[in-house]
Amino acid sequence: MKLCLIKEAQTLLTLSGVQEITSVFFGGGTPSLAHPDTIKMFMEDIKSRVSVQPTAEISMEINPTSLELEKLKDFQDAGINRVSIGIQTLDRYGLNLLGRDHSVEESLRCLEMAKCLFPSSVSVDLIYGWPGQTLSSWLSELQEMLHLCDYHISLYQLTLERGTDLFKQIHQGHLSPVEQQVSEDMYLQAVELLNNNGFERYEVSNFAKQKCYSHHNISYWTGQAYIGVGPGAHGRFKPVNKDHREARIQTLEPNDWMWEVEKFGHATRKIKQLNPQNQLEELLSVGLRTKKGVSSREWSNVEPASCMKDVLFDDPKVQLFVQKGLLKFNDRGLCASDEGMNVLDSLLPDLLNAVEKDYFRKRTAV
Amino acid sequence: MTGLHFWQRLLLLRWHRQLKLFTKASSINCLVQKSYLSTSVSLLQQHQQLPFDLNDFPVERIRNFSIIAHVDHGKSTLADRLLEITGTIPKGDNNQVLDRLPVERERGITVKAQTASLIYKYKDQEYLLNLIDTPGHVDFHYEVSRSLAACHGVILLVDANQGVQAQTVANFYLAFEAELTIIPVINKIDLKNAQPDVVADQIHNLFDIDKKDILKISAKQGIGIEEVLAAVIERIPCPKHDRKKPLKAFVFDSWYDRYKGVVAHLAIYDGFMKTGDRITCASNGKTYELIEVGVMYPTQVPSGFLYAGQVGYAMMNMRNTNEAKIGDTFYHENIPVEALPGFKDATPMVFAGMFPSEQSEFPQMRSAIEKLTLNDRSVQIKIDNSPALGQGYRLGFLGLLHMDVFNQRLQQEFDASVIVTAPNVAFKVKIIGEKNIKHYGSNEITVLNPCLMPIPEIITEYREPMVDATVITPASYMASITQLCLDHRGRIKDQSYIDDTRVLIQVKFPLAEILVDFFDELKSLSSGYASFDYQDAGYEISDLVKLDFTLNGREVEELTMICHVSRARETARRVCEKLKNTIPRQQFVITVQGKVNQKVIAREDIKAYRKDVTAKCYGGDITRKMKLLKNQAEGKKKLRLIGNVEIPKDAFIKILKR
Repeated sequence: MKLCLIKEAQTLLTLSGVQEITSVFFGGGTPSLAHPDTIKMFMEDIKSRVSVQPTAEISMEINPTSLELEKLKDFQDAGINRVSIGIQTLDRYGLNLLGRDHSVEESLRCLEMAKCLFPSSVSVDLIYGWPGQTLSSWLSELQEMLHLCDYHISLYQLTLERGTDLFKQIHQGHLSPVEQQVSEDMYLQAVELLNNNGFERYEVSNFAKQKCYSHHNISYWTGQAYIGVGPGAHGRFKPVNKDHREARIQTLEPNDWMWEVEKFGHATRKIKQLNPQNQLEELLSVGLRTKKGVSSREWSNVEPASCMKDVLFDDPKVQLFVQKGLLKFNDRGLCASDEGMNVLDSLLPDLLNAVEKDYFRKRTAV
Repeated sequence: MTGLHFWQRLLLLRWHRQLKLFTKASSINCLVQKSYLSTSVSLLQQHQQLPFDLNDFPVERIRNFSIIAHVDHGKSTLADRLLEITGTIPKGDNNQVLDRLPVERERGITVKAQTASLIYKYKDQEYLLNLIDTPGHVDFHYEVSRSLAACHGVILLVDANQGVQAQTVANFYLAFEAELTIIPVINKIDLKNAQPDVVADQIHNLFDIDKKDILKISAKQGIGIEEVLAAVIERIPCPKHDRKKPLKAFVFDSWYDRYKGVVAHLAIYDGFMKTGDRITCASNGKTYELIEVGVMYPTQVPSGFLYAGQVGYAMMNMRNTNEAKIGDTFYHENIPVEALPGFKDATPMVFAGMFPSEQSEFPQMRSAIEKLTLNDRSVQIKIDNSPALGQGYRLGFLGLLHMDVFNQRLQQEFDASVIVTAPNVAFKVKIIGEKNIKHYGSNEITVLNPCLMPIPEIITEYREPMVDATVITPASYMASITQLCLDHRGRIKDQSYIDDTRVLIQVKFPLAEILVDFFDELKSLSSGYASFDYQDAGYEISDLVKLDFTLNGREVEELTMICHVSRARETARRVCEKLKNTIPRQQFVITVQGKVNQKVIAREDIKAYRKDVTAKCYGGDITRKMKLLKNQAEGKKKLRLIGNVEIPKDAFIKILKR
């Protein structure tokens, strides 16, 4: 496994022609189960091939079980300099419901230790909207977390995935989901509470104090290239021998993935070409999730021939959104207001249609 | 409370069971259809030539008659037996031989009149009996009276179990007004629950017919069929026509055949015609050569000749049914005769919009509609354009069943889903002001499209179409049915017992009130026992209002409707509520209002989104997220925009559909 990860990274780095790496993220599933040596070897190999600044963010997703707790220091030695802890909730019943095998006590211990090892670089993940949670219990849990946490919090509304136990239980009527009105309040009031405590909503689900942002995630939202290594990983980059950026997905099943890496050097299962229109659509869809929004520069990196404001502001729906104060054009580019960010998903389809209309016009004009 | 629910459930259950039986029956019919098709092929082979000579039948030995009956009272079965006993078709598994349209077989009703000629030997004399089939329902009144015009008598068929039904009454009056001899026949006397004596009482009470004259038969078992034929010969007068006079032929039906062109069904009044003759149409003076002349035995069999008093078909190379207008008279070239009075054009009473569910399918729908209307000229067609539903048609029908049957035929022909809007009626208004009258062309305007209704300030009088309805029901349901009638603005004109347990109620209704749901409600109230029929009863002064709907102050044109003042509030509330439930929340509040004369009478608010954003969106989530967004973006293109409010097509369909 270890060798395969390294091998796939080598192959994809060569394919992408990347010279410098600004961040590395070990995540998806439970990478903290891996041996710290694996991380160490992987990082050393990468550093031997491309430039990695000493300030580069090397983060890792960890679960607060005691087993992983013991490895925290070793991970730091292996090069990790930021962690995000999947605490999920400080409610015992909630942890059980979400199928987590850590305890509240373990969470607190892990958080404490991580803050010592990675000061100002610890994030906690919280899930809200699970069956049984009330608005007031959520807000007091969040209040408690504000006393304990470091400078970064991510909030996720529970999404029910088919095939999970929770999905089945709700589907069969054993548990009742939180009402939509309530889950809306859970988010909106959490944003307010965090804001009042110095946490800035710099992205829909991400809150930071004193600008301690997650740089790795910011690169997703600003349309930068990334390489996905490992079973089921996603990547987006322009291979050296191609004209367009590609969305690439690696083989999901670990054994197949290993077999493919050994045979071909990488296990890319699916490649989708992204033309400039697709790239602009993605840029808007992820970029507007951030407080800063999409800059004109990011837009023209993809499509030097057009001006973002000209393309979008031509659309009556976009004009309406601007008029209603949901979107703002400014010197930097386009961003969503606080209210706009709350309802972003309802704005995006119209923005995508505006982009499409522009490309359609260009095609027919030729 | 529980008691009430119990009865509701019971009624529902019984109603569903009836429906199931009906579906079962129609599927059996479908099965039978196959065997019918094979028989009809063998029939065609059998009768390539007539086994008799029409020349041998002077008017004295000709009888022209039809069978009129309520749906399911056994008309088609009796016709089958008559055809068998006279040797027109071989005995065997015949089923609804005269009903040729799939919809007729499925629904057990007759839509297009068919004729069949039979030879029957009675008291050593051979008689030519022409059975002219009629549509059973008064919606097809127009067709019925056409068929009756070629007849001199009718068999009034009543089910011994179900007794006289509303349609029976309507049909009786049609025949009575046409001064035809009526032979009352009670059918299905073999059934376990048959009550021939009770039904005989009903017939006597309602139609003042001597009980001695009533025949009791079972068409299914073949009991009493000979007596029916005897009565046809004995009681029905022969045609009073003259073979020696110049030709006078009357078109009582015409039919478009894809391969043969127009087939005209003719009743020969005077004279005779033969293949090769040149005949002239009285209405337009056009002359045609007779390519083929024959009788229906029971399918088209060429005979070469048709003589006075006889009924048959003719083909003369016409490509358009307009040329053989029903009610027209034909004569030999250069030997003109006085034309017969003919028929008034059928006036449509019920209107509905029909739109393809996918706009790209409009051309196919158009050709299907054109094909259907070729053989049903009573349907009025107009191209319609709806901003929400796209291009389609506004069709006028003679009645509700007519519309249903047309829909069904359209679905069968078109093989794609059609959006049918809720039916509406044509209102009339009188206006004042010289300028206004000039603008609208007259001081009385018929309003079909509610949007085109003049402003109330210039209207002096509103009128709406009325119908005279007949309801026959077991007396035990009378109270609830009376209430139902009153709820639908019915005025009860008469109630009378037709036997010990059944009541006939005559009610005058605004047509608009019985368009939707009334029939279903009546059936469910009476566990399916009440029957209902209606006839056009002209226009009456009424108190109508125009109902407008707005979204954030902007009018939604396609939802404008005209309704009675007493219905305005309730209708407005219902539509507002439906809009609230079908329009998705948007980024701002949407106020839905129903208004009469700018006055708000119903209101709903659709709250704005407070939050609508995906929680998590990192590297691995983007592909899935984009797919979802692109789908939504695609869906947005299909929305109708009223002001800033986006409305899915679905919302309109839910409100406009029946």
